[in-house]
Amino acid sequence: MNDTLKNVGLFTLVGVLILLTGFLQSWNSAMLILNMGLISAIMALGVNLQWGFAGLFNIGVMGFVALGGLAAVLIGMPVTPGAWSAGGFGVMGALLLGATTITAAVVVMKRMQKGHLRTLVVIVVLVGGFFVFRALLDPNVAAIEAINPAGTGYLGGLNPGSEDTYKDYGIIVLLAWPLGGALAAGAAWLIGKTALGLRSDYLAIATLGIAEIIIAVLKNEDWLSRGVKNVIGIPRPVPFEIDLQNDPGFVETASGLGIDPMMASTLYVKLLYAGLFLVVLVVLLWMAQKALASPWGRMLRAIRDNEVAAEAMGKDVKKRHLQVFILGSAICGIAGAMMTTLDGQLVPSAYQPLRFTFLVWVMVIVGGSGNNFGAVLGGFLIWLLWVQVEPMGRLFMDLITSGMSDGYWLKTHLLESAAHMRLLTMGLVLLLVLRFSPRGLIPEK
Amino acid sequence: MDFLNAFVALSNYVLIPGIAYGSQLALGALGVTLVYGILRFSNFAHGDTMAFGAMVTVLVTWWLQSLGVSLGPLPTALLALPIGIIGCILMLLATDRAVYHFYREKKAKPVILVIVSMGVMFIMNGIVRLIIGPDDQRFLDGERFLISARDFKEMTGLAEGLAIKSTQVITLITAIIVVALLFWFLNRTRAGKSMRAYSDNEDLALLSGVNPERVVMLTWVIVATLATVAGVLYGLDKSFKPFTYFQLLLPIFAAAIVGGLGSPLGAITGGFVIAFSEVTITYAWKKVLGYMMPDSLAPDGLVQLLSTDYKFAVSFAILLIVLLFKPTGLFKGQSV
Repeated sequence: MNDTLKNVGLFTLVGVLILLTGFLQSWNSAMLILNMGLISAIMALGVNLQWGFAGLFNIGVMGFVALGGLAAVLIGMPVTPGAWSAGGFGVMGALLLGATTITAAVVVMKRMQKGHLRTLVVIVVLVGGFFVFRALLDPNVAAIEAINPAGTGYLGGLNPGSEDTYKDYGIIVLLAWPLGGALAAGAAWLIGKTALGLRSDYLAIATLGIAEIIIAVLKNEDWLSRGVKNVIGIPRPVPFEIDLQNDPGFVETASGLGIDPMMASTLYVKLLYAGLFLVVLVVLLWMAQKALASPWGRMLRAIRDNEVAAEAMGKDVKKRHLQVFILGSAICGIAGAMMTTLDGQLVPSAYQPLRFTFLVWVMVIVGGSGNNFGAVLGGFLIWLLWVQVEPMGRLFMDLITSGMSDGYWLKTHLLESAAHMRLLTMGLVLLLVLRFSPRGLIPEK
Repeated sequence: MDFLNAFVALSNYVLIPGIAYGSQLALGALGVTLVYGILRFSNFAHGDTMAFGAMVTVLVTWWLQSLGVSLGPLPTALLALPIGIIGCILMLLATDRAVYHFYREKKAKPVILVIVSMGVMFIMNGIVRLIIGPDDQRFLDGERFLISARDFKEMTGLAEGLAIKSTQVITLITAIIVVALLFWFLNRTRAGKSMRAYSDNEDLALLSGVNPERVVMLTWVIVATLATVAGVLYGLDKSFKPFTYFQLLLPIFAAAIVGGLGSPLGAITGGFVIAFSEVTITYAWKKVLGYMMPDSLAPDGLVQLLSTDYKFAVSFAILLIVLLFKPTGLFKGQSV
């Protein structure tokens, strides 16, 4: 009972901190923190599944989150007129050919006898396939990217609306969330097939690499994601603020409550988002809890604690690892799609490993790895800290520079660098928790 | 067909940049591999250690430049390098005392140390950004080219120019000196032998009277030196930007793993393997092929296998291939 009390207390503390933000700063930023906190909690849940349940060291969270973001574009945006006929089918054919090449190489590897001949055949298949792939891909890509490069220049998504009306079909974006999970799961399957079963550090490096590659693809494959030109104006499943402000019924209700309609509309939209996110979080949390308590969850923990013994008991370690790796990554993908929906845009250059991979790790470790509630708590708490460290850093810098005269170079420099206090604080929090409370705020039972 | 011009073009765009980049990666990978061999964890803070050492050097270089000190044709940074190394050594020793020491005493699992190194990475990254900011910084001075493309063309009368940047030559020479010193130290001195003994078999080394704390301290000193030299050389050759050092982590780890973690010789080989694959696969071969083939067969396109933005994919693919077919790396490394 004591534990429950403490956990409720910790969650209440986070709630109070968010409320304090609302009272002291603004309700808008409090809602922003709440929404991103919900998304962070989902990401932390995914990483906790991999690390806390199974001891898998995945530092490619950023890649899976970005794939989720891509899903929001692929579902939410309207088809670019003419893009499919210009090159879309060609690109798909080329991609299919690429996949066939790799499959062929794998089949050759498996079927032929070991020897120089096999090596030669594999190399011929791969190199030949690569050149045909490029020969097919390049002209089609060029054709797609030539279509109105300043506005579209990419294939677009599955939105049934046209350029002008696609925002009316905003609800379709909800489909992007499961699709984001599916994309991330696919990538996780590929990486898991190759890198799982090797040493833990190797998996770490492999995931770090795949994340960088996914970001590179998003930045460079303009036909898919517009690259660094970014996709903006992704439709949303909730109403637009401006529509609410023009809705007399809404304005009336808002003024009835004594809130400025402008303010009321932004808060209302964010509340709707929070509701949607909360539903996803609760469902995932419930599923994770059930999984943790199930025989499957016990098996995972047994494997984590003693791989050799579990294998000797006849457990298929590699298969379980692959399963949990895919599930965890899929959750990160879902969170990524939700985040892009919230932002309303996909900006590939905004994906930074420190922010999207390592910060999620801090959340899991601080919250308590192996405990789902711990991960959720860590998600909220660390996100709150991440946001609030900046004003606190500025305050701190103001304090230590108050004795210096204006224009003194050190003062200007310190004030300008206040924003970088974030990384320092996060590292410090991580190290302190690891040192003095290695099991986190809500330890595994 | 014009083999001479083709070779010059190849040297200019592939061989020389590849050698310089390979040396930088090799120095970085040596640091990673030493930490792995002796302290037995993958140090994710290595990229930021390089950034820290390079940052100290950049600051001292600026200070020297403001005093009007210069090395003539050589970059002033070489003069500042020893101070940068000392700064980095102090930083790493302090980190070890404050952070890693505790986990060593407790005999924590390697993966915990990896997570701890993530925390250290955050802090170092924060410190570097706090002090020098996240932007590009230039600190190169002195002669830019040993041979410029125009001079080369005038000298030889060839159509193709060969430019050798002074930083590329400095990189190679410095790397050779540092690596020679390192191998001399590891193979010839008592302290170096005790380090290798500790890496091969910890218990046996302890029984033979090797002082573990001394070995660890020596390792950090060497790692700091290697990291600073690698960071400064990379910064001179390209430019100093904190985030690029973080991104170097992937090719550096790929190099160390391809060579076999824990094997210094492997780290050097791995560095060059990764560097040359990156450069050859992302290089547009049109020019070289144009010289090599008869006019009728000359390629129309750029003949670039992958765009340069995918250079991470290259080191990653090589890493995967090696891991799948030779999991301990080219030179038999160790595994925890």
